[in-house]
Amino acid sequence: MQHTAIADQIEEDLHDPHSFVTRYIWSQDHKVIAIQYSITAVFVGLVALVLSGLMRLQLGFPDTFDFIDPSAYLQFVTMHGMIMVIYLLTALLLGGFGNYLIPLMVGARDMVFPYLNMLSFWTYLLSVIVLLASFFVPGGPTGAGWTLYPPQAILQGTPGYDWGIILMLASLAIFIVAFTMGGLNYVTTVLQARTHGLTLMRMPLTIWGIFTATVLGLLAFPALLVSAIMMMLDKVIGTSFFMPALVSLGESLDYTGGSPILFQHLFWFFGHPEVYIVALPAFGMVSDVIATHARKNIFGYRMMVWAIVAIGGLSFVVWAHHMYVSGMHPAFGFFFATTTLIIAVPTALKVYNWVLTLWRGNIHLTVPMLFAIGFIFTFTHGGLTGLFLGNVTIDLPLSDTYFVVAHFHMVMGVSPIMVLFAAIYHWFPLVSGKQLHVGLGKAHFWFTFLGTYAIYLPMHYLGFLGVPRRYFAMGGTDFIPESAQALNASITLAALIVGLSQLIFIYNVIRTLRKGEPAGHNPWGATSLEWQTPDVPPRHGNWGPELPVVHRWAYDFSVPGAERDFIPQNEPEGKGAEG
Amino acid sequence: MRFFKTLGTKPWLDPTMVSNAGVALAADPLAAPRTALRFIMGIVSVLFFLFIITFLSRSQYPDFQALAGQPWQPFTDPTRLWLNTALLGLSSVAMQWGLVAARREQVNRAVAGISAAVFFAVAFLVAQLELWRHLQGMGYYVNTNPANSYFYLLTAVHGLHILGGLMVLANVVFRVWYDGAMARLSGPLTLCAHYWHFLLGVWLLLFALLTSRVETINLLAALCGF
Repeated sequence: MQHTAIADQIEEDLHDPHSFVTRYIWSQDHKVIAIQYSITAVFVGLVALVLSGLMRLQLGFPDTFDFIDPSAYLQFVTMHGMIMVIYLLTALLLGGFGNYLIPLMVGARDMVFPYLNMLSFWTYLLSVIVLLASFFVPGGPTGAGWTLYPPQAILQGTPGYDWGIILMLASLAIFIVAFTMGGLNYVTTVLQARTHGLTLMRMPLTIWGIFTATVLGLLAFPALLVSAIMMMLDKVIGTSFFMPALVSLGESLDYTGGSPILFQHLFWFFGHPEVYIVALPAFGMVSDVIATHARKNIFGYRMMVWAIVAIGGLSFVVWAHHMYVSGMHPAFGFFFATTTLIIAVPTALKVYNWVLTLWRGNIHLTVPMLFAIGFIFTFTHGGLTGLFLGNVTIDLPLSDTYFVVAHFHMVMGVSPIMVLFAAIYHWFPLVSGKQLHVGLGKAHFWFTFLGTYAIYLPMHYLGFLGVPRRYFAMGGTDFIPESAQALNASITLAALIVGLSQLIFIYNVIRTLRKGEPAGHNPWGATSLEWQTPDVPPRHGNWGPELPVVHRWAYDFSVPGAERDFIPQNEPEGKGAEG
Repeated sequence: MRFFKTLGTKPWLDPTMVSNAGVALAADPLAAPRTALRFIMGIVSVLFFLFIITFLSRSQYPDFQALAGQPWQPFTDPTRLWLNTALLGLSSVAMQWGLVAARREQVNRAVAGISAAVFFAVAFLVAQLELWRHLQGMGYYVNTNPANSYFYLLTAVHGLHILGGLMVLANVVFRVWYDGAMARLSGPLTLCAHYWHFLLGVWLLLFALLTSRVETINLLAALCGF
């Protein structure tokens, strides 16, 4: 019997949904799964946003809110960090956008393992439920900080040291299983289900970013799994993988002399690639948004691909720059400082190429473009402070101050979020068939962009003053001037305004879904395949009876002599170019 | 290096090129599962690599007592472990035999080979559990020493991977059987056999590591810079 490749199967053969339940709930369609992932991630992200608001209330106006005690504050810090990094950004960028865009951009009908894809989402949902359940158990969620460093994470004195930490570790393990199932799908689909003519070097940079980030995730998450399993055993059955021999509350514990530093190495062997798991899809998506809205081919496509791959490789050899204050050997510190500075090279190349793509482009200041340009600013600022912190001698005094908080929020908080918004405004017409309101979108952009600067620029200064992170209150610390408190209050006000301004976005989405104008087919004049589907939004199976055939790369914008200022990837040679 | 060659191509300079990449590859029904299996084996390798690295690092702390080397230590005489290893080895051999039969479309032999492979794999798991009981009987509990902890942990993680393999194998066999296309068994069975042999390799590595004397462990740790 002749086997038909999954990409060539026609719609009816492809796990065709017959009822509401199989169409929208137990769906195996990558687009529905992507939306399920996105809604869950955004929901849990909003929880984390509220937590950050509560933290800022305490920092800006101490002794004002009775319901925020030191334990609750630490719990807010921990849950905010973990949710934002793992359950929002990783899930939304890869589970959401990865799922939606990969099959469409590579010209496939679906992921190669649709059932596994469905399983991935439901496992992810389970991990979110387990995580959120920790708010309702005795002792509440863990307050160990998002890095969960032992020994304090599982010892009395840390909030949630009992149930909270167990649920956190269990949730992480479940998340990793979910990610692995999804990730196998993403890489296999990219490698094996591309349509005719779509060579690797014709893929849009979005796919390169998502693909490389997924490979990083598949290789880095095992480190988190290993540390979660071993810490769980230390907690539950009293092994001593990470727990040193110690006296707690005057009582000698049974632990026999493990190594907390070992946990740090494992954690950051995952933790640093995680930065790029978040950043690389953002790099890819912003490249496509910039090229499309500047009507110009991306500058240095091949260099961009190389940079993504190089950053991915290098991200595995920089992890210990998170541990300069752990007492490591100076030669070790030198090595990691060097690799850290080297990784700045391909990253800077990408920034130059984005700017050079804009150079003399036909820039359309649409909402996605505004967010993309905003990203270039926030990412450059966040990246530059990374050069400070990458050097051992500068890192030592700045470690654990608000300078670090400001740095990582700019570089992997604000920047990916800017790209996520750019991507949502860019691809919303494809997903929903409707165009988001431009005025509301611009208001949303300016509040978010200027607001985040109002939050994080002063935070760098607080860091230089020596204000430590994770502190519930400053108390009577001599070296911190009282004016720092005024700055903290202003940061809190800015944070609350930025938080509330996200309601503009939510209102815009709801309003558009209910009574938005139809966006029409390919409203941005984009070249990549996802905009060339016969139906908008794409139907189940994506492509109708025939798969598209790719004849060119994804960046044929403003080609001289062409009748339009873009030539879709599936347009045969000679048809568009000669006009 | 094909990878670097790929990254060096400039398809936009030759726009008439419609390569065979993509669907042509996927026309082989095993292409996608084969790629996925390679990634799975990569991920599992990373997982065990990290466990082993932490083992070597942890072994350099004073409370670590290796499980072999001195007469009173349980794996100085590793006969039981050799027996378990033989079971897993037989499982691999039986799987390979089943695969060869499946390729020759000798359905009955293939089924016999797969059944034997499953039997020996389950026997291995039972024998590992029995070994746990034996160790506990000798007072080597999971939390009395980090070497013990690693033994239980690594054998458990390895056992779970075998269980996962058994589930996938069951799925493969039942799906092929249900479709009434036993002739197509050899393809997916090839991938199962790869995974089987891979897990045997992982086990041999763990076996060597866990029964190493303290001098060997120290040497390995020194080579890793611990």
